[in-house]
Amino acid sequence: MSHGRMHRKEDARFIRGRGNYTDDVRLPGMLYGAILRSPYAHARIVSVDASAAEAHPKVRAVIIGQTLAGLGLAWMPTLSRDTQAVLATDKVRFQGQEVAFVVAEDAYSARDALELIDVEYEPLDAVIDARKALDPDAPVIRDDLEGRTDNHVFDWEAGDGERADALFAQAEVTVAQDMLYPRVHPAPLETCGAVADFDKVTGKLTVWCPTQAPHAHRTLYAMVAGLPEHKIRVISPDIGGGFGGKVGIYPGYVCAIVGSIVTGRPVKWMEDRSENLMSTSFARDYHMRGEIAATRDGRIRAIRVKVLADHGAFNGTAQPTKFPAGFFHVFSGSYDIEAAHCAVTGVYTNKAPGGVAYACSFRITEAVYLVERMVDVLAAELGMDPAELRLRNLIRPEQFPYRSPTGWEYDSGDYPRALRLAMDLAGYDKLRAEQADRRARGELMGIGVSFFTEAVGAGPRKHMDILGLGMADGAELRVHPTGKAVLRVSCQTQGQGHETTFAQIVGQELGIPADDVEVVHGDTDQTPFGLGTYGSRSTPVSGAAAAIVSRKVRERARIVAAAMLEASPDDLEWADGRWAVVGDPATGRSMAEIALAAHSDLELPEGVEGHLDAVTVYNPPNLTYPFGAYICVVDVDPGTGQVKVRRFVAVDDCGVRINPMIVEGQIHGGLADGIGMALMQVMAFDEDGNHLGASFMDYLLPTAMECPSWELGETVTPSPTHPIGAKGVGESATVGSPAAVVNAVVDALAPYGVRHADMPLTPANVWRVINGNPFRTDLAIP
Amino acid sequence: MRITVSVNGQPHTRDVEPRLLLVHFLRDELGLTGTHWGCDTSNCGVCTVQLDGVPVKSCTVLAVMADGHEVTTVEGLERDGELDAVQKGFVECHGLQCGFCTPGMLLTARRLLDTVPDPDEGQIREAISGQLCRCTGYENIVRSIRWAAAAEGEARR
Ligand code: FES
Ligand code: FES
Repeated sequence: MSHGRMHRKEDARFIRGRGNYTDDVRLPGMLYGAILRSPYAHARIVSVDASAAEAHPKVRAVIIGQTLAGLGLAWMPTLSRDTQAVLATDKVRFQGQEVAFVVAEDAYSARDALELIDVEYEPLDAVIDARKALDPDAPVIRDDLEGRTDNHVFDWEAGDGERADALFAQAEVTVAQDMLYPRVHPAPLETCGAVADFDKVTGKLTVWCPTQAPHAHRTLYAMVAGLPEHKIRVISPDIGGGFGGKVGIYPGYVCAIVGSIVTGRPVKWMEDRSENLMSTSFARDYHMRGEIAATRDGRIRAIRVKVLADHGAFNGTAQPTKFPAGFFHVFSGSYDIEAAHCAVTGVYTNKAPGGVAYACSFRITEAVYLVERMVDVLAAELGMDPAELRLRNLIRPEQFPYRSPTGWEYDSGDYPRALRLAMDLAGYDKLRAEQADRRARGELMGIGVSFFTEAVGAGPRKHMDILGLGMADGAELRVHPTGKAVLRVSCQTQGQGHETTFAQIVGQELGIPADDVEVVHGDTDQTPFGLGTYGSRSTPVSGAAAAIVSRKVRERARIVAAAMLEASPDDLEWADGRWAVVGDPATGRSMAEIALAAHSDLELPEGVEGHLDAVTVYNPPNLTYPFGAYICVVDVDPGTGQVKVRRFVAVDDCGVRINPMIVEGQIHGGLADGIGMALMQVMAFDEDGNHLGASFMDYLLPTAMECPSWELGETVTPSPTHPIGAKGVGESATVGSPAAVVNAVVDALAPYGVRHADMPLTPANVWRVINGNPFRTDLAIP
Repeated sequence: MRITVSVNGQPHTRDVEPRLLLVHFLRDELGLTGTHWGCDTSNCGVCTVQLDGVPVKSCTVLAVMADGHEVTTVEGLERDGELDAVQKGFVECHGLQCGFCTPGMLLTARRLLDTVPDPDEGQIREAISGQLCRCTGYENIVRSIRWAAAAEGEARR
């Protein structure tokens, strides 16, 4: 009915240039803010003199750390119960940290005035290499925290270490590999920003900003600023891409709010690209050592991992409270392994805060990369084909629901079928034959395989909350008398097409066209509470809420239809989108007919209120577990080290596909991300903490030239817990693809004895190997 | 400085600072917010408009340089209520997700089809290679442009 391929409703405005992004918001009397940032990674602030900036004729306010300290707003809580400076008072702790905020009549003048602010710094030694953060003589970054004498953030472990150790002790074969998942940035094309408008008369604060979690923002503003929550309205208009980078609250948002309160006028602040890359949420930065214990015939028995996690200067990662390393402990991946253990240590460094963003499903990206690289390392050790080794170890279909060694309950799947399909689509055996021929001719061709299992749709409230807010999401559905409907949801699209998909869900459940359903989102005054869109949770959580609230409406409609038909509700059946007397389809009443009757003078049974509207809150009983098998084919130019991705085959199983067109688009985007991370993108720093990737000239993103034409395949294994069997797909490809690309390049370089290489596999990096140098496995300046 | 720029066929006269970028002139002076801004280094291409029919990155053009010239923005693609073929193509083939890169992509696509009516995949990829999209992995943008080329080819016949 309403599920299926359907053009997107939102496109009508975007193709006409009629989207409404944060920077498009213009209010009467609006002022413009700009942020002065630290040039140092670590320095004491001796003094800040803003008098010349204040004297600029177009400047209306200059806010510095001390101003905020007077208001109790110099520090704000992070999503991980740490604190982060809004504007630095004592020290700056990363290059690009916020130091002062200027509000002026226009954006150019605000920037001019930044140059008039005189800050005296006393530079300090910086901690840039996470591996040195815990050295006894390392400078202490967070001396603002009571009693803090080192740069340690947390230790955390999962799994059964003793059991794993025992299996390692008796193993026939073990392999170990150090690897770095480097720091990257999601870099959506729209940067972050905000328009804040505080109305002194009504006491109402309205904030427009591209947030993936508008309700969480509202609650946090209330908690931090002491503003009453019903007087705060967060509007998340159209968002120009998020990918996780727009979950948290950034200092600039708070500055815009304070700017509006201080000046009594609306204030807009938009960061530029270098500010975006230097200061907003980075991702990854996991130094990992993986080990596998296996039998000689390729049966994996145990896996162990040690991780050093670089969290930057403030622990700003957005993880469910119980899981400081997110869901990294799904690192046993898609394999039936007897024992697994991981130990993660988080440290502070003089880099931007954050640590989760970028389509990672709460660190599953790192986990999948780790295990998928390790399996290839094992394949090399055993001299076994990597696809064959995977087939030997994949969880078998009859094992679902599958309890993983670190405590996850994978819901459903047929993994071997997905991998075999990918191999068929790729022509795997032919590719291997071609590779042998090419190798004989001295050409470098590589074939990379990866398999991933995601865990998305966080999550059951009992286990998952962010800052104490349980991860359940609401939905409200109104059906107007003429049978047209309005769905209100707490999540917010950043391009995923919720206005279409969610309308399709409701349409399917109510038997009305998706075009008759309007989806309202991104405005806290108009939508029910919920934690928003990240971790691929919209379809698994809000999508489920949309289906369930529709079913509630349908049940109300049943009572009304029964009254219309003078029958008992129990005698009715839902068929072909209508309520009809069992066995008598001619009596069927459509939702439009029932809606009109529900609002009419039709006499309803005692206690029935009339109308059809309903609300719900969906608390997921379990996560959903999408999975997939990817095969990447690369050609490496031995003369230049250039890697060309020739083909990429992706078989995804995300359960039931509501709108396959949108699902495929999500996968395409994630695959491009994987190529970017594997081959191009990296946030590197020099030893003083200078950011070496602060523009798109240095932080390289894939263009149409680096991306092949994607080849997709699908299997469908419905989720048994989700009301319509959907599992979510937003991040699957970003999670699964980097390992496929790296595996392919390492495979191409096998003649050089390469078993592992850290991303990004740039031409320079690959060329080093071809010329007999080891791969660089850290990102320090040579 | 006083400049007169023709935008989507309408002349606009304004006093502007010499340093004002064309992208800001379009967005802030004229309220044409379909043209976006996304980087500081002329890399992303979300600001792409046509200047005398040729795609340019409007963050890299001063408003004063457009004095006396003709600018076409995404708002000028639809004519008399009829969408341009490239606009239709992007809807048909899901060539956009967040929509932020879309206006720039549309204007480049329009120019490509004006000069190469039936481009192959390689020509399309090269034409849009100066513009980033973070959402679509480019596949459906390529298909969208091919759809538009086919539709226009059909209409010419
Ligand atoms: S804004 Fe990025 S190229 Fe113009
Ligand atoms: S559609 Fe989002 S950047 Fe292209």
